[in-house]
Amino acid sequence: MQTAVKIEEYLQEVEESLGNEFQRKALDTFAVAYRTGRANAFTGMDVKGLIEEIAQAKDDGIRRMDELYQQFKQKAESMGVHVHLATTAEEANRIIARIAKDNDCKKVIKAKSMTAEETHLNNHLEAEGLKVVESDLGEWIIQMRGEGPSHMVMPAIHLSRYQVADLFAGVTKKEQNPDIQKLVKVARRELRKEYVEADMGISGSNFAVVETGTIGLVTNEGNARLATTLPRVHVALVGLEKLTPTLHDALRILRALPRNATGQQITSYVTWITGPNECKGAPDDKKVMHVVFLDNGRKKLAKDKDFAQILRCIRCGACANVCPVYRLVGGHKYGHVYIGAIGLIMTYFFHGKDKAKFLVQNCVNCGACKEVCAAGIDLPRLIKEIHAMIQDEDGHPAQSKLMGMVLKNRTLFHTLLKNMRWAQKPFAEREGQYIRHLPTVFMKEKDQDFRKLPTIADKAFRDEWKSIKPEVRNPTLRVALFSGCVQDFVYPEQMKAAVKIIASTGTVELDYPMKQSCCGLPVNMMGEKQAAVEVARQNVQAIDPSKFDYIMTMCASCASHLKHSYPKLLENDADLAPKVAQFADKVIDFSSFIHDVLQISSMKFNRSGKRIGYHAPCHLCRGLEVREAPREAINMAHDYVPTSEEEVCCGFGGSYSMKFPAISKTLLAKKMANLEAGDIAAVATDCPGCVMQIRGGMKAAGKDIEVKHVAELLAERLR
Amino acid sequence: MSVSQEKIELFTKKAEAVSAVVKRIGKLDEAYAYAVDVCLNKDACQLLLSGCENAISDEASDLCVAKAADKVMAAPKLADEQYAKLAKAAEKAGVKLIADGLRGHLAGIDIGFAVADLGLAETGSLVLDSSSEDLRLSTMISEINVVVLPLSKLRATSYEAEAELLPMMQKAPNYLAFITGASRTADIERVLAIGVHGPLELHILLWEDE
Ligand code: SF4
Ligand code: SF4
Repeated sequence: MQTAVKIEEYLQEVEESLGNEFQRKALDTFAVAYRTGRANAFTGMDVKGLIEEIAQAKDDGIRRMDELYQQFKQKAESMGVHVHLATTAEEANRIIARIAKDNDCKKVIKAKSMTAEETHLNNHLEAEGLKVVESDLGEWIIQMRGEGPSHMVMPAIHLSRYQVADLFAGVTKKEQNPDIQKLVKVARRELRKEYVEADMGISGSNFAVVETGTIGLVTNEGNARLATTLPRVHVALVGLEKLTPTLHDALRILRALPRNATGQQITSYVTWITGPNECKGAPDDKKVMHVVFLDNGRKKLAKDKDFAQILRCIRCGACANVCPVYRLVGGHKYGHVYIGAIGLIMTYFFHGKDKAKFLVQNCVNCGACKEVCAAGIDLPRLIKEIHAMIQDEDGHPAQSKLMGMVLKNRTLFHTLLKNMRWAQKPFAEREGQYIRHLPTVFMKEKDQDFRKLPTIADKAFRDEWKSIKPEVRNPTLRVALFSGCVQDFVYPEQMKAAVKIIASTGTVELDYPMKQSCCGLPVNMMGEKQAAVEVARQNVQAIDPSKFDYIMTMCASCASHLKHSYPKLLENDADLAPKVAQFADKVIDFSSFIHDVLQISSMKFNRSGKRIGYHAPCHLCRGLEVREAPREAINMAHDYVPTSEEEVCCGFGGSYSMKFPAISKTLLAKKMANLEAGDIAAVATDCPGCVMQIRGGMKAAGKDIEVKHVAELLAERLR
Repeated sequence: MSVSQEKIELFTKKAEAVSAVVKRIGKLDEAYAYAVDVCLNKDACQLLLSGCENAISDEASDLCVAKAADKVMAAPKLADEQYAKLAKAAEKAGVKLIADGLRGHLAGIDIGFAVADLGLAETGSLVLDSSSEDLRLSTMISEINVVVLPLSKLRATSYEAEAELLPMMQKAPNYLAFITGASRTADIERVLAIGVHGPLELHILLWEDE
């Protein structure tokens, strides 16, 4: 559980987790195995279609939450189930404690429930004098350690067999062998006794099926079956979002849940409980059954046009499985109770701003979670929204406020950048284009020495445009170039390379609209939403989409921000809205443009025979779903060599790498190791940020692997 | 034969992938013989499989002490005629067969025997109406679960079975179980371990009932 009260403390905690070798290795192996496991589990299925169906059905259920609750209640009560609605976590706990008291229960056996974690139910019941034992193996282990789960599906993934053996030695008062199969058998027999003694079983619920009044439980161990069978009283604690109108809705989610969670086709047990069943441990042979629905902010969320979608979550945990940050720091530092991407968001709504305020900053915005989410939730965007909301409530940090102010004023921003060229002179390395020492006003120097940072170019691209603009007599296409600030001011050579290649076709009229500014992603990342809106508006006004067939950018981050975030950012601007849609529609990345649109032939290039690796920028492969084009483009002039984890984030994330250098550094180290293992001469990528990160890392580590934009690698072989 | 070979093969493949043992049988009698045989070939419930050699707390081991030395098989909810036949086979082999009172055996029984209501080929799952507490328990506390699946009840997917699942769930109270493979966990270092709470083995007998 994340408890820091100052950002410095949080950073410190994060660094400590980075030092937890066991956890990192465990999460690493899992992340790699998960990818294959999931792909196998979904073979032959229309995954996107399924996700779409789930999203729609859940949205429908969320809209009808009150009505579904009433229907479920009526149905279940007609069968003799007691149905409650708790407004707050505290109230849910009180209701359950009262049920225990009314039924004279002393011992509780619990089957895993994230909702009960959300309400901190165990603490409450224990304070009321009840004995509570978790029956899910992982939950039991962390319960005895006094910890919260570190993954939604695998709560004890952070622990080693040795830690478990030590723990079990304590419980059994016998020495334990750290053999996993044996430890599981010990748990089997220890826990059996707990079921026998319990008077009350508490479960969560994956589904509350309205048409039949049924509670559906998905487990592998079968503990939920025993916990809902042996004790005389059963209480199910259910979040209101689990209400599904029909059995079909539940079966549909069941198709995705285990596959997305762990790559299983289905879990060992799926249990459907309709009404109070036979229970020979009860005086009249009949179970006492209660269902406690939890609101805790859900009803309000359901009405929020933007955030209602988080109630679609089916708790598969996949968003954590693929998150590069979670993979490094684990659930205790990447969540409060709920962990992973969804955890960052839920923490804000269910556990409050204070618990969420650092967590939401620790997202590199790589988009991996969004792509994998079983319910199609736009997680990275919502994380940013919350970041911005918290800043609006708490006040903006001086740095991000300043950045927002500067970016809103294009002329000021560009003047500053140009002046930096002079300011940095004393810091620049003589031989290369790198900064020797960082001016300390910008960042803590020692934290940043894992990579060398580039200097500002002598001449910005915009200042050279006039002299390099190609002359085209009979253009078939008109294209606006969007450079983004990094290519404009730091790497103009990347832009020039692209211009050279496109000009070689003689068919495209290129234009560089001078009033364009930074795309605004950096301020959006810093939670300065208002500034991001402002900058977006300026750019849409600067580049009139009706005048161009395409708006091409060579920066993956700009491209996906222009395409996907602009319409969202400007949705309340009625005047601009039609233009924004047109604008977004025309945005294209360099590789797709030359490969798919211009269909440039490999005949244009002299093949080099050089082995080139590829790093897929997050915002290109997931943001724009561009995957083949860059690889095929490289292959026109060189030998593209696949390397491991090409689509995993390099750790740049703009200002993220300044704020969380330790994480950025570790992600980069892994990226470089994967690339190096490919025995390649150079790395191609199509985002200047990734170039900055990986090239700077290679340089700092003294490696002689070149890092270039795809356009540069192509331009150098142009015939 | 109304069930396609393809469906049977898919079911078998999926069930075996989660370590279930799958066998084809022609007549129910073969199922009784099979169950008894499995029972005879396993150690009596001081089962090494379930970890009796491991050090557990004194209180937990008390539960085991109470248990009879006999080998116990449970077959709740079997039709009378079927039960009689199974009982005969069991008796001959010296296995104690019970139909109820499973709460008296919570330390574990050897074999749970049942007939499934439906099968789902896509995932290799069995569907059992477990509204009877004894059936619920026998499929959970047995160390080996032997379940007969009549091939006439094999469906391709859960969607295809929906029209039959729904009426079962509507007849309250009801306790319906999808069972796929043995009880498992990957909670310690993500290493797969079988039998954390429920059966250590699942045997499925595909019965050509038509
Ligand atoms: S966007 Fe990337 S870093 Fe952020 S939560 Fe999602 S997966 Fe994690
Ligand atoms: S947010 Fe999506 S991926 Fe994450 S747990 Fe929920 S459904 Fe799964």
